[in-house]
Amino acid sequence: MSEPIAIQGPLQAPLTSRVGMTGFAIGIAIVGIIAVAALIGNQFVPHDPFTQDLGNRLKPPFWMEGTQAGHLLGTDQLGRDYLARLVYGARISLLIGIMTVITSGVIGITLGVLGGFFGGRVDDAVLFAITTRLSIPVVLVALAVVGLMGSGLGLVVATLGLLLWDRFAVVARATTMQIRNLDYVNAARCAGASTMHLLVKEIVPNIASHLAVVATLEMALAILLEAALSFLGLGVPPPLPSWGLMIAEGKDYMFFSAWVIMIPGVALFVLVLGINLVGDGLRNLLGSERLR
Amino acid sequence: MTSAIEVRNLRCEFRVNGGWFAAEKRVIAVDDVTFRVPAGSVLGIVGESGCGKSTLARLILGLLKPTAGTVLVDGKRLFDLDRKARARLIQPVFQDPFASLNPRHRIKDIVALPLTAQGTFSRAEIERRVAQILERVGLSAAMGERMPAQLSGGQRQRAAIARALVLEPRIVICDEPTSALDVSVQAQILNLLADLRRDLGLTYLFISHNLAVVEHVASEVAVMYLGRIVERNETDALFRAPGHPYTQALLQSVLTPEPGRGVPDIGLGDAMPDPSNIPPGCRFNPRCRIAVERCRTVAPSPMARPPQGMVECHLA
Amino acid sequence: MSALLEVEDLVVTFGGRSAAVRGASFRVEKGETHCLVGESGCGKSVTALSIMNLLARGGQRSAKRMSFAGTDLLSLSDREMARLRGNRISMIFQEPMTSLNPAFTVGSQMAEVLTRHKGGTRAAALERSVELMGRVGITAPEMRLGQFPHQLSGGLRQRVMIAMALMCDPQLLVADEPTTALDVTVQAQILRLLATLKRELGLAILLITHDLGIVARVADRVSVMYAGEVVERAPTAELFRSPQHPYTRGLLSCVPVPGRVQRDRPLGSIPGVVPAIGPGFAGCAFRSRCSQADATCEHEIPRRQAGGTHDYLCRLAPQVSEPQPA
Ligand SMILES: Nc1ncnc2c1ncn2[C@@H]1O[C@H](COP(=O)(O)OP(=O)(O)OP(=O)(O)O)[C@@H](O)[C@H]1O
Ligand SMILES: Nc1ncnc2c1ncn2[C@@H]1O[C@H](COP(=O)(O)OP(=O)(O)OP(=O)(O)O)[C@@H](O)[C@H]1O
Ligand code: SF4
Ligand code: SF4
Ligand SMILES: [Mg+2]
Ligand SMILES: [Mg+2]
Repeated sequence: MSEPIAIQGPLQAPLTSRVGMTGFAIGIAIVGIIAVAALIGNQFVPHDPFTQDLGNRLKPPFWMEGTQAGHLLGTDQLGRDYLARLVYGARISLLIGIMTVITSGVIGITLGVLGGFFGGRVDDAVLFAITTRLSIPVVLVALAVVGLMGSGLGLVVATLGLLLWDRFAVVARATTMQIRNLDYVNAARCAGASTMHLLVKEIVPNIASHLAVVATLEMALAILLEAALSFLGLGVPPPLPSWGLMIAEGKDYMFFSAWVIMIPGVALFVLVLGINLVGDGLRNLLGSERLR
Repeated sequence: MTSAIEVRNLRCEFRVNGGWFAAEKRVIAVDDVTFRVPAGSVLGIVGESGCGKSTLARLILGLLKPTAGTVLVDGKRLFDLDRKARARLIQPVFQDPFASLNPRHRIKDIVALPLTAQGTFSRAEIERRVAQILERVGLSAAMGERMPAQLSGGQRQRAAIARALVLEPRIVICDEPTSALDVSVQAQILNLLADLRRDLGLTYLFISHNLAVVEHVASEVAVMYLGRIVERNETDALFRAPGHPYTQALLQSVLTPEPGRGVPDIGLGDAMPDPSNIPPGCRFNPRCRIAVERCRTVAPSPMARPPQGMVECHLA
Repeated sequence: MSALLEVEDLVVTFGGRSAAVRGASFRVEKGETHCLVGESGCGKSVTALSIMNLLARGGQRSAKRMSFAGTDLLSLSDREMARLRGNRISMIFQEPMTSLNPAFTVGSQMAEVLTRHKGGTRAAALERSVELMGRVGITAPEMRLGQFPHQLSGGLRQRVMIAMALMCDPQLLVADEPTTALDVTVQAQILRLLATLKRELGLAILLITHDLGIVARVADRVSVMYAGEVVERAPTAELFRSPQHPYTRGLLSCVPVPGRVQRDRPLGSIPGVVPAIGPGFAGCAFRSRCSQADATCEHEIPRRQAGGTHDYLCRLAPQVSEPQPA
């Protein structure tokens, strides 16, 4: 009989804390605001992120002295509006995060579900692939690939996508193994359903929530890696305003105009924090819902 | 006439590792089981938790490959049939109505799955048949639109039965279909299964640990202990004159609703049987009240028991 | 005489919408076995959990009175309740696997209960664990102490839960369907054990079950729940001899009795399902399934007396029924 009540031990109070739920709400708010800004923010910023204005270089943001009206967050070393670039950068960060998660998700989930479902030789092969992948140092390989093949948005996504699927595979494999022998999967098998139906309709929808947690983690990681690559000049090519690139471009000026790296840095921190809060919240919600 | 189900010398082992650094153990869940179920009859299977009843069901359904032995369903090996032919022949109803329906699908789609998987029915035909079977099991059309979480345990079990019957299979394997349900819902479900059997001429393998339920539905009963069938007979004969000491203990431990009688001492002791460490001789001997010396060394072989049954006990 | 546990007008809601328990009242005397029976989903587990203050998030309890040995449970702080729980009131959950922590050995979980509530050394606590495991019929308890929950069979796990619940000599044991997942022989063993403990330790037991066979054999008193209400309360023998509420009567007629089963006749059953009960619901919740329902059943139903400690919630006058033919 199913118990809708989540109990960890006979002596513990119910788990999910109010603190956890607040974090989840904050995370959703952060990610939501940044996503909205990335999508339509440009319409509300009166400047173009690419237009240079060399006469107005390195103007500080509104809370500092010497700020220029109209440039809320100041301008960069080429006089481009920093707010416009930040908003445009959000678009790039989120785009890279999402595209990478889609690429790595497709690879990892396919491998993990196949291995977990069929077991035996198939699983051995999948495990071998996962082990191989785990022995590759992500940052070094990403650097090498991007360094050799030149930089570009598509290349960054492809490289990160091909490197970051391992956690998807591990989680998909473990959860698939847990449910592949559940009665509803057995019942579908007895109903004569094809293997494709079993995988796509019976298994995947029921592990999706766990994969969503992984997706948040990977997205945060991809965004950070992209920033790191761009910082090293190997990621998104200028003049595209990636947050990592903004930090890189600003680093020469940071002693006199610290805000040029602080603003994109804080934005990056807040976005990653928000995504992780969402992930934590999801995990809390799922943790109290028993996987039968 | 071919039997609906015929099982010969069936054996199933699992390998489990006994924890960190411990040696691997072999669990013998089903050990040399042989029986037949004639078409149109109901074989009830009873036995202790963990004695291998569900494993037997899964072997018959073709969800597990046996270590040895054969299963013939309607005279054919299931592994020789394709998945669609198999689905038309045999269907399961599982024990836990909360685990046997995919929580992400609508009831209507769950019930329709055996039809859609066949690939030969038109959409209108599928809808007609699903509506018909839902009505037959006592679920309204509105219930078909719901998700499993919105149904009570009894309603879910009805949906599971509807799914098993929508293709009109000839054989249904019921693995404790009512043990998760309270008595009033249990009665509804059992009556439904009985009606359907009469109307559609079905064959059931009916697993339960509730003896009264088995007595009500089964024409023949097999008693399992530690992976083996230790007694089998026509229902009335078995309940009237149980031959095996374990069957007797089972019958004594039934709690009839008679106040003041207390809980009977069935004298089985407190030791739990362990399928990875089956005792030599008769497998029941460590718990048997009437065991003699021979029981500890010689395994009893099946002996005929009137009118149609058998029992595995030296003293029966 | 004041009862050990007294619950009056308990109401439990989830998220304010639907009431899972709607004014349940019952009392458990010292040293008695009190059974709570009823259809699946009628609120038995929720009642037990709200006594322990272990309701899931979103669950709100309120009651006119909820006292344990003279202490008002409603006014206890979380900390005070935690001190009571596992100490003077213990609970055995419906599914033993979910309430034992899979990551720790049985021994360490048992010892922890004692050291947390009563202090003392771990060695002493382990010694007590061994003693209790022997008492609940676990053979080779020293070996079991070092095992993990998944290495035990269902029957053994349930015994471990019982032994753990007894670590601190509780006065009240709340057992939520302790034997539903087990077969009849193991069930008989566990119930005998509970009966022995009750006799030897003077333990009061609040036993939740939907098996009327169990109720008949072990209960001193019974409360029948339907849709969140206690619809009938009576001493066990009395309830089986002359059930008053139509739901109780229906329930009794559904029980198939071995040796008395008529194969070709359908089993008695209660037609229909429990209705959805919204906030504004009034009258008898059983009326959509009751063969004797009439217009008066849509209004407030009085609680009627049928003898000293036997009462029920129905408009019908008490009937003296013939003893059931044996
Ligand atoms: N996949 C598995 N791997 C290892 N052991 C298994 C597996 N499935 C079942 N077993 C073991 O085989 C034995 C028989 O299990 P089975 O589920 O058939 O019992 P059952 O008679 O259906 O019991 P219950 O009445 O509790 O449902 C048990 O000891 C169980 O632990
Ligand atoms: N956490 C929860 N959130 C919302 N509703 C709940 C929750 N827990 C229980 N309920 C509802 O409260 C009602 C009573 O549930 P409860 O678990 O007490 O039933 P029960 O009498 O123990 O039944 P069973 O015999 O199936 O164990 C049910 O309708 C259930 O859906
Ligand atoms: S063979 Fe011996 S031990 Fe086995 S059941 Fe018969 S009497 Fe008991
Ligand atoms: S109050 Fe009316 S509907 Fe309710 S049980 Fe009594 S007769 Fe039936
Ligand atoms: Mg089973
Ligand atoms: Mg419950």
